Amino acid sequence: MIDRKITQQISSAEDLAKVAAEQLEWQAQYQHRVFVCMGTACQSVQSGAVLAALQTEIKNKGRENECLVSPGGCQGNCASAPLVSVPEQDLLYQTVQPADVEEIVDALAGKPVSRLLCDNKGDFFSKQNRVVTNHRGLLNPESIEDYIAAGGFRALLKALAEFSPDNVVQELQKSGLRGRGGAGYPTGLKWSTVAKARAEQKYVICNADEGDPGAFMNRSVLEDYPFRVLEGMAIAAYAVGASKGYVYVRAEYPLAVERVTKAIRSAEKHGLLGNKIGSMSLDFHVEIRLGAGAFVCGEETALISSIEGGKGLPCPRPPYPAESGLWGMPTLINNVETFANVVPIITNGAEWYATIGTPRSKGTKTFALSGRIINTGLVEVPLGTSLRQMIFDIGGGVPDGHKFKAVQTGGPAGGCIPEEHLDATIDYETLMELGSFMGSGGMIVMDDSSCMVDVAKFFMQFCAAESCGKCVPCRVGTAHMHDMLDRITKGEGTMEELGQLESLCDVVKFTSLCGLGQGAPNPVLSTLRFFKSEYLAHIVEHTCPAGVCAPIGQDIRRPTCALSP
Amino acid sequence: MRVVTLKINDQEMSGREDEDILHVAREHGIEIPTLCQLDGISEWGGCRLCLVEIEGSAKLSAACVTKVSEGMVVNTESERLSGYRKTIVEMLFTEGNHICSVCVSNNNCELQDMSSDLKIDHISLPYRYPARTVDASHDLFIFDANRCILCTRCVRVCDQVEGAHTWDIAGRGIQSQLISDLHQPWGESDSCTSCGKCVEACPTGALFEKGKAAGEMVKDPKFLVYLADMKAEKS
Ligand SMILES: Cc1cc2nc3c(=O)[nH]c(=O)nc-3n(C[C@H](O)[C@H](O)[C@H](O)COP(=O)(O)O)c2cc1C
Ligand code: SF4
Ligand code: SF4
Ligand code: SF4
Ligand code: SF4
Ligand code: FES
Ligand code: FES
Repeated sequence: MIDRKITQQISSAEDLAKVAAEQLEWQAQYQHRVFVCMGTACQSVQSGAVLAALQTEIKNKGRENECLVSPGGCQGNCASAPLVSVPEQDLLYQTVQPADVEEIVDALAGKPVSRLLCDNKGDFFSKQNRVVTNHRGLLNPESIEDYIAAGGFRALLKALAEFSPDNVVQELQKSGLRGRGGAGYPTGLKWSTVAKARAEQKYVICNADEGDPGAFMNRSVLEDYPFRVLEGMAIAAYAVGASKGYVYVRAEYPLAVERVTKAIRSAEKHGLLGNKIGSMSLDFHVEIRLGAGAFVCGEETALISSIEGGKGLPCPRPPYPAESGLWGMPTLINNVETFANVVPIITNGAEWYATIGTPRSKGTKTFALSGRIINTGLVEVPLGTSLRQMIFDIGGGVPDGHKFKAVQTGGPAGGCIPEEHLDATIDYETLMELGSFMGSGGMIVMDDSSCMVDVAKFFMQFCAAESCGKCVPCRVGTAHMHDMLDRITKGEGTMEELGQLESLCDVVKFTSLCGLGQGAPNPVLSTLRFFKSEYLAHIVEHTCPAGVCAPIGQDIRRPTCALSP
Repeated sequence: MRVVTLKINDQEMSGREDEDILHVAREHGIEIPTLCQLDGISEWGGCRLCLVEIEGSAKLSAACVTKVSEGMVVNTESERLSGYRKTIVEMLFTEGNHICSVCVSNNNCELQDMSSDLKIDHISLPYRYPARTVDASHDLFIFDANRCILCTRCVRVCDQVEGAHTWDIAGRGIQSQLISDLHQPWGESDSCTSCGKCVEACPTGALFEKGKAAGEMVKDPKFLVYLADMKAEKS
C-alpha cells in the first residue's frame, strides 16, 4: 500500500503544523484521490478486495504517481455498500465490485461510470449537518498523518497551550454539549464535578459499549475517527486532572477495537498520548478494555465493575462515578460521541457550537436509521430537526406504498412516537415529553405492517434477557411483563391482566435499581399511550390489526398450521 | 465525622453523615422493611423493599444504601410505597416455589414475616413454577433452590466473613441461580469450610441444617454483628 509514514515526535503546535503541511503537500502530488469505504458494512461485502483491485489497476496502468487510493470511512448509506468516492469529481459509486475498477480508474477526470453512480446530492446527504462525522468518509481512519493533515490534534495542543483546565471546562459548559450516551447530562457540569474532586488519581472512561438493538453510531464513529475520540479524551483528562483512560468497547466490534488499538499506539509513538504530551505537563495513558456484550455493561457503574474485573452489575448511585468511580477514584465517564464532539468545540469555539441545535439541546446527533424506511444508515442532524424531516426527507419515507405508523427512538428504554407527532423536534426534552427518550441514537421506523403489541413484546424480551438479575423488580417484573405481552399477542390476554401490566410498569419503572429496569416499561407505556386500540383488538376481538400475530381478520388464537389453507 | 440533622416521618433526629437512612431510622425506632440488608456484611441494594421517599427527589431511594444528609426529609411509609413493597414481595413468591406448610422455616422466615407485615393476603401475579432442585450433597446442610430469593446474603457472608467465597450467582435475569464453587454440588465444594454462616444468614428456608423437620429451623444472623465488632476491636 502506498502510504506515507512519519516517525518524528510532535512536541509543539509548530511541529504539528509542519507535519500537517508536509502531509498535505504529499497528498497534493496526486492529481486524483479515491477513497474506498472500509467500514464494517462495506468490508462485509468485500470492499477490501475492491481497494486492492483499485491499487493493482493503478499500478498496472503505471499511474501510481498521479492516483492515490486510500481506505476511507463510512458514507452513511451502508445499504449501497461497497462505496467508492472520488472527491475531486464529487462522485460516489455504489455496489462496486472488483471487476468495476478498470472503468472507475479510466473515468478519473473523465466521464463518470454512470451505472455505478449513487445520488450523493439528494436529501439523504444534503439535509444532514455533519460535525462529528464531518469528513464524510474521506479520511483514512488508520493514518495519524492524514488525521493531522485534516487538523487533528490541534485542539489538544491548543487546549494545553492556551487554556487552563478550568477554561476547558468553562468552554464545554458554554457549548451546551450534553452527554450522547442517552440521558443528556450536561457534559461541562460533569467535567467540573470531576475536576473539583480531590484525589491522587482520576480516570477518564470512554463508554463504547453500545448495546441497543439496531444501533451502530458509536461503532462507526470509533472506526472512522479513532484519533478524534482519543483526542477528546486527552482534552478531558487535562480538564479534570486524570492521567489514565480506558476505552470500554464490546468485543463484537473487532474493527473498532483494531482501529482504536492502533490509534493508541500510533499517538503514543508520536508523543500525542503518554507522558508529557506535546512536551507539556499532561501525562495521559489510554488502554482498551473489551466488553463481552452484555447490554447492562453500558450502564456506567456496571461498566466500571467490569473494568475492575468484577461481574458487570450496576451499583446504587450516589455515589456517582464523578465522586467515586473506578477503583473508588473520581472518574469521568462519557460516551464515544460526547468525546468526539469535544474536538470541534475546542477548535471552533463554544459560541460556534451553541449556534447549532435548540436552546436546550445543542449541537448535532448521529442516528442509526433503520426499519421500514427507504434510506437506512447512519445520519447526523442538528438537534431540533423534526421527525418528519428525518424520516421523509433524509430517510426518503416508507417503502412499497405502506403507511407510516410510528418511529421508535431511545432503544429498549425508549418509546414509539405516532404520526400525529411527526412535527415534533428531535431534542432531549421533546422526546421525553412524548414518552420516548433520546437514547444513544437508534431510530426504527414502523409502518402499517408492524404490530405495536409485538414491538412492545420484542423490547420487553430484550430487557428481560439482558436484566442482570440483581434487583427483584427488574429480574422478576420484566419476565412477568414479557409473559403478559406474549399472552396478549396470542389472544389469551384479559382486560384484568392489561390493568396488571400497567401497574407492573409503574412498579418496575420506579423501584428498579438501574436505568435498564427503570426504562424497561417505556415501550409498553408508550404503545399503550398511543396505540391502546391495538391492545384492545388483541384482547377483546382476538385480532391483530397489522396482521403480525395472525393474518389480518383471522383469530389470533387459532393455532396456525402450515397445511391449513 | 459531621453530625447532621434530618427528619424521618416528621420526627426530628440526628445522625452521622456516614450513616445510611436505614440505620438512623432504626436507632430512632422507625423500622423500614428489608430483606437483602444484613448488619455485618456489605450492602447490596437489590431487594428494593427499603425504598423511601426523599423530599425534593423524584426518584425513590433505597434506605440501606443512601447516606443521610443535613436537612433531609424522609418518608418511609405511604400508600404508594406499601403498594410497591407488596408487589415486590409477590414477585418473590411467584419467582420460586414456596410451600410454607412443609417448609423447615415455617413461622421463622423473613419472607413470610414480610408478607404478613405488609398484609399480603393473596398473590395476584401468576406463579412461574420454575423447575428448581434441592442440593442435599453437603454433610451438614441442604440448599433448596425453590425457596431462594437471590438476596445474596449467603454469598456475601461466605465471602466477606468466612473468606471462602463458596457461593455465587450464575446466569442473569430470571435465569439467575445460586451456585457453589464452579457449579458443583455443595458437598463436593473445595472451598466450603462447613462453618454454617451462610445458613444462619439466609432469610428463608433455602439454606438449612440437615435433619430439621417442617418449622424447626430457627436462625439468628445477629452473630455477624458480634463478629464485626470483635474484628473492629482487634484492629
Ligand atoms: C442499561 C444501560 C445501558 C447503557 N448503555 C450505554 C452505552 O452503551 N453507551 C453509553 O455511552 N452509555 C450507556 N448508558 C448510559 C451510561 O450509564 C452513562 O450515563 C453514559 O455513558 C454517560 O455518558 P454521557 O454523559 O456522555 O452520555 C447506559 C445506561 C444504562 C442504564
Ligand atoms: S434494574 Fe435490572 S439490570 Fe439494573 S440492577 Fe436491577 S436487575 Fe440489574
Ligand atoms: S422460605 Fe419462607 S416463604 Fe418460602 S416456603 Fe419457606 S417459610 Fe414459606
Ligand atoms: S458453610 Fe461456611 S464456608 Fe460453607 S458455604 Fe456456608 S458460609 Fe461458606
Ligand atoms: S440461599 Fe438464602 S441467603 Fe442465599 S441467596 Fe438464596 S435466599 Fe438469599
Ligand atoms: S460502512 Fe461503508 S458506507 Fe457505511
Ligand atoms: S434492604 Fe435495601 S435494597 Fe434490600
